[in-house]
Amino acid sequence: MIANPLALIAELTHRCPLHCVYCSNPLELTRRAKELKTDTWARVLGEAAELGVLQVDFTGGEPLTRPDLAPLIRAARAKGLYASLITSGLPLDEKRLDALVSAGLDHLQLSFQSAHDARAAEFAGTEAHAQKLRVADWVKKRQIGLTLNFVIHRQNVDELEDMVDLAERIAPSRVEFAHVQYYGWAFSNRTRLLPTREQLDRSLRIIESARQRLCGRIRVEYVVPDYYAKYPKACMGGWGRKVVLVKPDGDVLPCHAANVLPGMKFENVESKSLYQIWHESEAFERYRGEKWMPDPCRHCDRRSQDFAGCRCQAFLLTQDASATDPVCSLAPARGIVDEILAEVNRPLQQAVPWVYRANPK
Amino acid sequence: MPERALRLSGPSLAIVERCDGNHTVREIVTELQKLYSKAEPQKVETDIVDYLGRLHQERALDFE
Repeated sequence: MIANPLALIAELTHRCPLHCVYCSNPLELTRRAKELKTDTWARVLGEAAELGVLQVDFTGGEPLTRPDLAPLIRAARAKGLYASLITSGLPLDEKRLDALVSAGLDHLQLSFQSAHDARAAEFAGTEAHAQKLRVADWVKKRQIGLTLNFVIHRQNVDELEDMVDLAERIAPSRVEFAHVQYYGWAFSNRTRLLPTREQLDRSLRIIESARQRLCGRIRVEYVVPDYYAKYPKACMGGWGRKVVLVKPDGDVLPCHAANVLPGMKFENVESKSLYQIWHESEAFERYRGEKWMPDPCRHCDRRSQDFAGCRCQAFLLTQDASATDPVCSLAPARGIVDEILAEVNRPLQQAVPWVYRANPK
Repeated sequence: MPERALRLSGPSLAIVERCDGNHTVREIVTELQKLYSKAEPQKVETDIVDYLGRLHQERALDFE
């Protein structure tokens, strides 16, 4: 008996005014001409609600580049879904924000690349910081939830105290300091993005002290890079267990990165219902349960906690999507991760140029 | 809540239903003491205050 998903990630577009070097979108971006129409998204939202989904995250690329965002939020609300917008804050003005809030927006998550203008522009490949500060201000004046999401990596982790200060000044209900995850463009840039062990340890102390100080005022969350962990993350809460993601062209995936896996056939909302895809598709069934698990996972006590880790990460690092996630200390391929960490923690670093995220045609 | 859901039933549902901007904590306590008349009133009050405190810490609600 397969449980229902709880969240729908609605990747509305891959268009975006930013060019972040750590973007988790796939390297192959969906062309604008292939984006789903409003009616189709509205139907998908209805199917998601029927399937048991509680929350929809409108994301992208930059979801604000879709002119039909307010109608989509209205459609989500009409189906009883909690509507959340994951955004850079560009392009947005107060009038449009009011339109989104009247349409029924419940929550906005605003990304930050740094505590400072110039550095933010370096990582985003464009000037955006001042606009984000304005957007935070506008959101606070409206009755919707606000989360600030600071994207952390080696080049800005030393600013963490400044970021905490900025978060405290803005005072959202929640702040997430999230280390880059190594998929898409971030995988290409990983040797520049992974923090050193020393930076990571220092950051943990800063976050712990901030969490205590801000307790009851701001909920502080910290996501650390799992390359440094002993065991893998339960990626997405497990393959096809909690989350369903629909791409701009309507392909349905269990996560952001699953495109990289070879030999997977992803169904599309234009030809099948979300119910059918979630419950019956080959792709969703592929890594459910335990029968696919390799050793040592299939006999491991942790298998019902972390589900053998992340398939996409296993593939990216070992070229075998069924392998134990190599971040696991018990993984046969753990050495691959150790080598990357050794390179990152070497005292002298060679300058490597950034790979900036492109835009789809 | 963003990225989290509360599964509510029984008492927790009765409490959260009343967090509507129109109930004081005292009113919620009184109503639930009536609703759960077999439970010890002091315990009902303590449980409610604890629960609301936890939700506040999680930033799921505010007191006005």
